[in-house]
Amino acid sequence: MKPEERPKAAFFDFAGCEGDQLQVANLEEKILDLLNIVELVSFREVMTEHSDDYDVAFIEGSITNSHDAERLNGIRENADVLVAIGACATIGGINSIRNVQDFEKVQERVYGDEREHYEAWEKAKPAKAVVEVDYEVHGCPIDREEFLHVVQSVVMGREPNIPDHPVCVECKLNENVCAFERDEFCVGPVTRAGCDSCCVNEGAICWGCRGLIDNPNEEAHEEVLEEYGLTAEEVIKKFDLYFAWQQEAREDE
Amino acid sequence: MSDDIDVNVEYLTRVEGHGNIEVNAKDGEIEKCEWQVIEAPRFFESLVVDRDWKELHHVTSRICGICSIGHTLASLKATEDAMDIDISEQDKKLRKLALHAENMQSHVLHVGYLALPDLLDSKSVVPLTETHSEEVKTVIRLHKLANTMSDVVTGRTTHPQRLIPGGFTKIPNERELEELKEKLEDSVDDLKAVADLLENLAPKIPDFRRETEYISLTHEDEYGLYGGDICSSDTGTTDVDEYLDITNEYTVPQSTAKYTKNNRESYMAGALARLNNNYQQLSPMAKEIAGKFDLDPMEYNPYMNTIAQLVEVVHSVEDSIGIIEELLDKGLEKQGEYNSPDIEPKAGRGIGAVEVPRGILFHDYTYDEEGKCTEANCIIPTNQNHGNIQQDMEKMVPEIIGKKPEDEIELTLEMLVRAYDPCISCSTHYVDIDFVE
Ligand code: SF4
Ligand code: SF4
Ligand code: SF4
Repeated sequence: MKPEERPKAAFFDFAGCEGDQLQVANLEEKILDLLNIVELVSFREVMTEHSDDYDVAFIEGSITNSHDAERLNGIRENADVLVAIGACATIGGINSIRNVQDFEKVQERVYGDEREHYEAWEKAKPAKAVVEVDYEVHGCPIDREEFLHVVQSVVMGREPNIPDHPVCVECKLNENVCAFERDEFCVGPVTRAGCDSCCVNEGAICWGCRGLIDNPNEEAHEEVLEEYGLTAEEVIKKFDLYFAWQQEAREDE
Repeated sequence: MSDDIDVNVEYLTRVEGHGNIEVNAKDGEIEKCEWQVIEAPRFFESLVVDRDWKELHHVTSRICGICSIGHTLASLKATEDAMDIDISEQDKKLRKLALHAENMQSHVLHVGYLALPDLLDSKSVVPLTETHSEEVKTVIRLHKLANTMSDVVTGRTTHPQRLIPGGFTKIPNERELEELKEKLEDSVDDLKAVADLLENLAPKIPDFRRETEYISLTHEDEYGLYGGDICSSDTGTTDVDEYLDITNEYTVPQSTAKYTKNNRESYMAGALARLNNNYQQLSPMAKEIAGKFDLDPMEYNPYMNTIAQLVEVVHSVEDSIGIIEELLDKGLEKQGEYNSPDIEPKAGRGIGAVEVPRGILFHDYTYDEEGKCTEANCIIPTNQNHGNIQQDMEKMVPEIIGKKPEDEIELTLEMLVRAYDPCISCSTHYVDIDFVE
């Protein structure tokens, strides 16, 4: 692609930890592959310049107050394509744990008497609860290769290849010993694959960071659920680290 | 040169903190000089309440992507303290490697990508890829080495997967450690190259001094990062369990972040604080590099924090080589692919402190008898530095007003904030400035 034909891209962060932008900075030499297909005009992780003239906006973090929402609306108006990156932006992520807590207590635990000092919605929201989102890169944090794949798809105008099967499928291919076998709990049966079951490969469990598959009741990993006598709903309810916003959205449907 | 200035450097909203600098002066008299921090709350101290002890480190790691290893370790230490969980010497060594990896990652990012452009009169690292391509490549190699180390030890570069209460789910094998050691040894030339580059640019580091209090961990056997007591350059050592006596959080009207103070109006945490308090325990090559910059205790120039970070990268490389040698000499004790230590949860309160790139970090949890968290408190280093940034600005602005052009004043102030390396996006910025005559 000729340098002048590259779409201009900008990163924006809301309530998150910036781990996703860090993953992009961590592309190291591969960042040059990224720069071959987009022109970065705003990326606070490594640059101080900023421009409001961009075609593709990457959104990291959750939307947690009206100020955020207003800013996100402005970005949506400016951008041709809006991409949510990371669980905070795609499904509310870790921030959404508080969506099922009593909000008065939430505020009091952190700020005591001074809770009126801060404007915050009762619930943390993903970008798509506020504006239309064109593409999503899942995970907490995002996977670097998948990010590049989605950016390539955006630039080519193609649909990216994002799996809609559970993490268990990848986990079985990797021949891991199942967490349930080790007396641990795991949400792999209902969580969207695409990370190569990386946490289980490292000896941990799947925490659910890529969010629920589109239709957990139909598409969850039957074999694992049956073997351990669980239903998809039970798995989701028992371990809702990342699922609170999605669960509420499902219940509203 | 005008004696009236109105500097308003606004950093656009972000989560862990966005900072504004506001300075107004009329006829050389300062009317306002403020470091303002606006934080959108993420409520971590509530997110962990009612959650199981096995999940807390996963949640609190998400406080900060850059410091995710440090948050994970402070979290694990708090949980282990609450439940009297011991970890093996081997695991302790591996955790120290993880912490070194993060310090290197973060410091290289700050020194190479954020501070260097200031010294080379560049807006960012992007133009430097053309004008100083060799130097940028050197920085990228070092950054990559730090990331590789984090991968090898913790499973991932951001948000570690293998660290759990009681140790590790999985550990690297001897061959991986051998390879890592070779890479660390090979990085010495790159480290020296960066040090030489900075040495040449050192005259551009602003010459500003203000005596303040420095707070960090200190440990009798080593340069304190993973453990030890709290050390104040003013008041000596304090047990980590008494951390609240040191941090004394308070609020100010211009900021939503909580500030801290101990013996004076403010204190400084971070690489310079550690170096001032623990200089003698730096590795030999780290001391040598520090010597090039005449950096030794007590150094009262906050801008030298960036150089202290460089010195710490060198220390981390040398110390990591030593740790790996010890591990390999002894031979790795094998552990299963899915290690989960045998732990009976119990009620109690635990406190964990570690040094992360930006300074001392505290996690404090209380658990009930089922191992559910009932209360939590986390004090992050960036917040501990806000008061000191304010005090520095109050001393510096009268010293430079009328002596420097406005754009230089602005840059000097921005560089000051950047020297503290607050959180990543605080240290880069969108500038929105008004100078009034
Ligand atoms: S999704 Fe995870 S990595 Fe990304 S901002 Fe949120 S907490 Fe950080
Ligand atoms: S439940 Fe978890 S550990 Fe078991 S197969 Fe599925 S993803 Fe793997
Ligand atoms: S295994 Fe689960 S928690 Fe880990 S990255 Fe994949 S989806 Fe996320």
